[in-house]
Amino acid sequence: MAITDVAHDAVDYVRPAEVAEEELYHPKTWLGKYVFSQDAKIIALQYSMTAMAVGLIALVLSVLMRLQLGFPGVFSFITPDAYIQFVTMHGMIMVIYLLTALFLGGFGNYLIPLMVGARDMVFPYVNMISYWIYLFAVILLLASFFVPGGPTGAGWTLYPPQTILPGTPGADWGILLMLVSLAFFVIGFTMGGLNYVVTVLQARTRGMTLMRMPLTVWGIFTATVLALFAFPALFVAAIMMTLDSVIGTSFFMPAIVSMGQTLDYSGGSPVLFQHLFWFFGHPEVYIVALPAFGIISELISVHARKNIFGYRLMVWAIVVIGGLSFIVWAHHMYVSGMNPYFGFFFATTTLIIAVPTAIKVYNWVLTLWRGNIKLTVPMLFAIGFVFTFINGGLTGIFLGNVIVDVPLSDTYFVVAHFHMVMAVSPVLAVFGAVYHWYPKITGRMLHEGMGKFHFWVTFVGLYCIYYPMHYLGIMGVPRRYYANEGSTGLPDWIPESAQVLNAGISIAAIVVASVQLVFLYNLAVSTTRGKRAGDNPWGATTLEWQTSTTPPTHGNFGKELPSVYRWAYDYSVPGAKDDFIPQNVPAGQETGDAR
Amino acid sequence: MVLAIILVLLVIGSVLFHFLSPWYLTPIASNWGFIDDTLTITFIVCGFVFVVINLFLAYCVYRFRYSKDRRAEYEPENKRLEWWLTAFTTVGVVAMLAPGLFVWAKYVDVPEEASLVEAVGKQWSWSYRYPGEDGILGTVDVRHIDAKNPFGMNPDDPNGQDDVLVSGSEFHLPLGDPVKVLLRSKDVLHDFYVPQIRAKMDLVPGMITYFWFTPTLAGTYDVLCAELCGSGHYNMRSRMVLEDEADFRAWLATQPTFADTQTVQVATVSGSPEEQGRQIAESQGCMGCHSIDGSPGVGPTWKELAGRTEELADGSAVIVDDAYLVESIVAPNATIVAGYPPIMPAYQLDDAQLAALIAYLNSL
Repeated sequence: MAITDVAHDAVDYVRPAEVAEEELYHPKTWLGKYVFSQDAKIIALQYSMTAMAVGLIALVLSVLMRLQLGFPGVFSFITPDAYIQFVTMHGMIMVIYLLTALFLGGFGNYLIPLMVGARDMVFPYVNMISYWIYLFAVILLLASFFVPGGPTGAGWTLYPPQTILPGTPGADWGILLMLVSLAFFVIGFTMGGLNYVVTVLQARTRGMTLMRMPLTVWGIFTATVLALFAFPALFVAAIMMTLDSVIGTSFFMPAIVSMGQTLDYSGGSPVLFQHLFWFFGHPEVYIVALPAFGIISELISVHARKNIFGYRLMVWAIVVIGGLSFIVWAHHMYVSGMNPYFGFFFATTTLIIAVPTAIKVYNWVLTLWRGNIKLTVPMLFAIGFVFTFINGGLTGIFLGNVIVDVPLSDTYFVVAHFHMVMAVSPVLAVFGAVYHWYPKITGRMLHEGMGKFHFWVTFVGLYCIYYPMHYLGIMGVPRRYYANEGSTGLPDWIPESAQVLNAGISIAAIVVASVQLVFLYNLAVSTTRGKRAGDNPWGATTLEWQTSTTPPTHGNFGKELPSVYRWAYDYSVPGAKDDFIPQNVPAGQETGDAR
Repeated sequence: MVLAIILVLLVIGSVLFHFLSPWYLTPIASNWGFIDDTLTITFIVCGFVFVVINLFLAYCVYRFRYSKDRRAEYEPENKRLEWWLTAFTTVGVVAMLAPGLFVWAKYVDVPEEASLVEAVGKQWSWSYRYPGEDGILGTVDVRHIDAKNPFGMNPDDPNGQDDVLVSGSEFHLPLGDPVKVLLRSKDVLHDFYVPQIRAKMDLVPGMITYFWFTPTLAGTYDVLCAELCGSGHYNMRSRMVLEDEADFRAWLATQPTFADTQTVQVATVSGSPEEQGRQIAESQGCMGCHSIDGSPGVGPTWKELAGRTEELADGSAVIVDDAYLVESIVAPNATIVAGYPPIMPAYQLDDAQLAALIAYLNSL
């Protein structure tokens, strides 16, 4: 099949998926419209704001950690227990309650119906419940800061047995709240996730074949499928650990002498928990990464005014990466004491993933090749993403290759790697996406000067934080340490200069964290003072920019759903009047008024 | 233009940082130079890709910057190019994976002649066990663990009677011979970590894990814990001494066997009472929780502890005298200082040991 078939075939064979505008239930009250709303767009904003609020807490926690690491002993309120509690809560909040919720609950809800030409999610009521359960999970999680003993300090991986034993902070109440909160998060997510999948599969408008969908939707869709398969593993692990803690079962608990006391546990396996956790935990990396991949493809294509290069390969790369992500999990466990022969299998599958991932990078860069690149704020963030993702992806090859992982595991190399690939890159994608879609959501542009300032400090700052950190890890500095100096003093292989580097990293972290206030100010003030955006300020082809009103109203597309006649990337088509042709422009009308 | 320049600067800066930074691998003290070689191969391949793609990215950003008078090229696919790139990437991946798996095969294959040593972890200290004359480690079980038998040795196992037990801050290994390090945890996950030997492995309660290496460079090395194990994780330390065979034999002969620890009280400490107390504190792992320099820890610091007035969890106050110190060692959870969790295990020390320890505490 030639690409022209994908781009411009007839629409008739696609079953129409229409909901008449009149059939939608329009809420009458303010409460029904903005609080208990069933409109995916409002739910998206609720998800996004909650996620960003809880993310700000996690950001503050990371600054507190950096204060201790950069200036050990200066801040006496940061005790060894407090430090590992900060580590734990920062990690769990950022990965689950911020990134997962924001990409799927936030961007998924806003963009899926609009981009596939649907009026709303297929199950609006379930969609609403999904958000309220998520909010409940967030409240439970935050409540753990206020219970006796404080939140759990077991690390975001929650490895038993220490998680539920004295000797780890929060082993009584903090961990229970964490486990129950996670269980609720999974329940809430499952409701939302089924919605996203069914909407993509069943509610696409006429002509929107799967191979015409924007890559953003492909990324979010595939990530959601992964999450629906992966989260149950976390769910059962959380329930089993709750039982071990509360009623004394021994799923993960072997015979133990803890702090001089012989406990009643026997026969459980701590390694079993690790398998369950990473069976969820590794796909989780791609649950965060795939939406970012999709969004970046979108931003690069739109702002380079050029079709995404190798669309079909991009789609297949997303699907293949998603599939492979389920058979690589034990690369997190090379030194866990599992059967060492697993190393051969998991190292091989892990390095195979490098191939489709590299293809994505090549295709982003080749999209820029002979493009007409507008360095708008979203584009700056997109290119920043490509740069940091190349770095983070390559260090993943170090850790995936089992023998190279042995000296590097549990050191700052790991911290630097996963932050670069799973924190810095996705967050740059989030920022790029916000600058890109904010005009559609509010009808106004974000301030460009503030946006550029935000980009430069964030991008360069984050790189300066995490790139040098790899070298601390190569030298051997272990992670999750309250202080490098212990009862035997500072290990003689850690030079004084390492402390200087740590102080520098901490200062950079504080600067980058502070600059996020500029972003928040920009978000707030631009809702009323931003330049008016119009319906399609970037000249983009996808359906969300073709709505008759901006912001789109309930039902998204007014009386008539759009029909789709072409793929999502008809930019700079030779002979066309404009340098973009929206997806709902029929073949033969390209030379007319595309707007 | 600015973006292209910054991207180029970041690439150049990253490469320069790699070569100029003072932070790199520690001098290796084991046979695992292969691991360093594989790391170097990975650096070369990945470094090449990092530089080439990012410079190409910077070039595109500069060369194809926006112009009103120009249109982007319309090129949805280029099968040839895509196949070439896929093939090229696959070759790169194989170049890194193949030597990696080759070395891993050696890593999981313990030489038959390897001698044995067992490292035992608990929150937050290390101890070590050697098989003794018979070369066989006696069986152990969690049920046997108590203050008198901290290793949990099976008292009825003849193989265990001559096992050499080292409850100390230091253990020794001879240079040149492969050693299989068996790893056992009494409570939670730990990880035996000496950066200079490159190899490491988790300790998992309920199972015995292992790795092997051949010591090659004499010296004293810090042993750290590399798997988060609770409040005192960062402070779970010990030392590994690599020395020649004769010195090792001499050191080993001074350490008690299991049979010794069950019958006579062997004098493993010497010096002034304060010095003996210091050695006892080290061998019992007290410093995992209590600092001696005033820095915060899992438990109260020992610096100027004697004579201090401590506020207790129930709101009352107590002056720290010798009697209170003894109570805090033999029945630590009877009275808890405010702000600390009741997690200290009771220690069964004899009167002489207690006296030495108190003398040490009073001297700080």
